[in-house]
Amino acid sequence: MSTVFPETGDLVTDVFLVGAALFVLLAVALLYRAVKGPSTQDRVLAVNVLGTNTVVVLAFLGVGLGESSLLDIALVYALLNFLMAVAISKFTVERGGVL
Amino acid sequence: MIEAIRTALIVGCVLAALFFTLVSTAGVLRLPDIYTRAHTASQADTLGAGFGLAAVALSLGWETATVKTVLLLFFIFITNPTAAHAISRAADEQGIEPWRPDDDRSDLRLYRDSQENGHIADGGISADTAGDEERQPPEDGGTNR
Repeated sequence: MSTVFPETGDLVTDVFLVGAALFVLLAVALLYRAVKGPSTQDRVLAVNVLGTNTVVVLAFLGVGLGESSLLDIALVYALLNFLMAVAISKFTVERGGVL
Repeated sequence: MIEAIRTALIVGCVLAALFFTLVSTAGVLRLPDIYTRAHTASQADTLGAGFGLAAVALSLGWETATVKTVLLLFFIFITNPTAAHAISRAADEQGIEPWRPDDDRSDLRLYRDSQENGHIADGGISADTAGDEERQPPEDGGTNR
């Protein structure tokens, strides 16, 4: 795994992999608000924060596993996440003056 | 020497990212209404993601992938507060009342009361309550049943 980024040591790789695992745990905790939250906006907000966590997890995995293509996926995911949040908050209001 | 400093900086950035994301998660789970949750989601979570991506950029060094990481960091710094602002603004357009410090209702109760006051239509997509005259806040400061 050290062929793509030769200068990353073993400790750094482990730190990124463990960090990604803890980020996944926090994302699972956020699912409570996405299921339970009373209003539509609560759910959209929880999914938005979860998407930001997913972007960080993808970047961490890209470094930890040595797959630099995961960074491209993270970039696309961040774009789609922002688009999802703005589109849903615009369409839950009838006269969308949100942005 | 330089390598040790860089490793320490990477570990510190990952720990800071985990701390701020933990704060943001606790805020989204525990705070009383949508507006305070949007506040913690836009600030603490953006800082957590910023620290995490900074750690990634530090560990990559001078490469093409670093440019992508810095672009991602910049993009998240701009779009995450914008999305939280749009979401809380949509909540305000729907007439969800903000929580007040002298209010001991739960968030579900608060939401149901906002619904009973006729601010929110049942389906979530309001066809008849989107007019400007229906979006006025209640006169008695949101303490009505």
